[in-house]
Amino acid sequence: MVSAIREFARGLKTTFSMILEKPVTIQYPEVKRPVRTRFRGRHVLKRYDNGLEKCIGCALCAAACPADAIFVEASENSDAIRFSPGDRYASTYEINMLRCIYCGYCEDACPTEAIVLGDNYELSFTSRRDAIYTKERLLEPVSDLEKITPQKVNPREFDRSIPVMQDPVD
Amino acid sequence: MDYVSIAEWVIKSLILILILLAGFAYLTYYERKALARLQSRYGPNRAGPFGLLQPVADGIKLIFKEELIPGQADKLLFILAPIITVIPALIILAVVPIGGTITLFGREISLSIASNINIGILFITAVTSISVYGIVLAGWASNNKYALMGGIRATAQMISYELALGLAFIGPILLARSLSIDEIINAQARMGWFIIYQPLGVIIFWVATLAEVNRHPFDMPEAEQELTAGYHTEYSGMKFALFFMAEYIKMIAVSVILATLFFGGYRGPFVDQIPLLGPLYLFIKVFLLLFIMIWVRATFPRLRYDKLMGFGWKFLLPVALLNVFLTAVLLVLFPGLLR
Repeated sequence: MVSAIREFARGLKTTFSMILEKPVTIQYPEVKRPVRTRFRGRHVLKRYDNGLEKCIGCALCAAACPADAIFVEASENSDAIRFSPGDRYASTYEINMLRCIYCGYCEDACPTEAIVLGDNYELSFTSRRDAIYTKERLLEPVSDLEKITPQKVNPREFDRSIPVMQDPVD
Repeated sequence: MDYVSIAEWVIKSLILILILLAGFAYLTYYERKALARLQSRYGPNRAGPFGLLQPVADGIKLIFKEELIPGQADKLLFILAPIITVIPALIILAVVPIGGTITLFGREISLSIASNINIGILFITAVTSISVYGIVLAGWASNNKYALMGGIRATAQMISYELALGLAFIGPILLARSLSIDEIINAQARMGWFIIYQPLGVIIFWVATLAEVNRHPFDMPEAEQELTAGYHTEYSGMKFALFFMAEYIKMIAVSVILATLFFGGYRGPFVDQIPLLGPLYLFIKVFLLLFIMIWVRATFPRLRYDKLMGFGWKFLLPVALLNVFLTAVLLVLFPGLLR
């Protein structure tokens, strides 16, 4: 009998001590948790430091995608109008965000590390057509306007389409 | 019958009902906030500053909901059941005084509707029993076997704990030698709060009232997991709001009755000089008692129905009888207590 009352009191004390602690809730959207490393969020098409796009339009990402979400059409580069190093660039690059399962296979398949999955998870669309993200939405913005594509470059400077690869950094 | 007295009663009743309705709305807010803090999270804090408009948002949502009456349900009983449940909850507090007497417009007005009737406690037990009807009618009229089971279980639970409750009432009645609540409060003013003389009685009373208002850990009739919400499964919109209202108003009412019978009611320091302190003291006591109810809800798991009934009949009833016996023996041995 007394032990029952002692157990009740212990339970009551435990719950009461929860009032004295700070709640564990995070007040989203005013406060957002930082994402983990290697978080797979919205896709970004990267560029090189000189402004040229990394994507060469090879469509390996479209082939690797298990959900068939990527559509790529390639076109030819020239030295006068150059989008990416090498022969080809992606003139049409669309990802259907509703089909995408954010697995990261496209990131793994890309030979130039062009398509990466970034940190943004706050996506919303109002119709299925709006969910198809085109190249303009996916492409990384330029750091300064001199480096915008298409560029006019010196001949034979960017003949090699796949660069020398370094070890990946996040 | 002079018209001023009738006007006085009508106005006092209206004020009581308005206070209870506002109290119900903010009790839902208080419960959600307190329950959340006990569970290491914030309560509602989006609707209005600190979530204070949350009850308003809930009320508007319930008004806009579609009111569905099941096809084969007994229409009249279906609509009548929530009304039968909520009205006794509102009128229990007619016999409990909120304060002493104040002078308004040259007239002595006592802050209660009928607390000087000499059968106050009998009125309370009688009215609590009526609300049992509403629950079983709701279960029956829904034409739904889960609702029926919920209604029958709720009825059986409430009538079995009413016996222990009635016996727990006898303690203060013996100590005050009257059924009138005014007399009980005056006796506490003379003798000190009855909790000193009735520690066992307070616990029995409190456990029995938790079972009466179908509150955790005795809330099997409305257990969402077991009975798909029990007797109010088929109710939506305003009718559901009435059941909800009935439960929370009964919570407030039994806290007020507990505060009055065992904790001195509206009495406290300086209450004779400043009569308006009376309602304030009662409010503080009710606030703390409601916190204890919410605290118990956050802590203890639900009792299974057969264990609940076993507890009521096999443990609580004999202990309540023991309490009556002990109180009576105490009064025979120390007749000087009842000055």
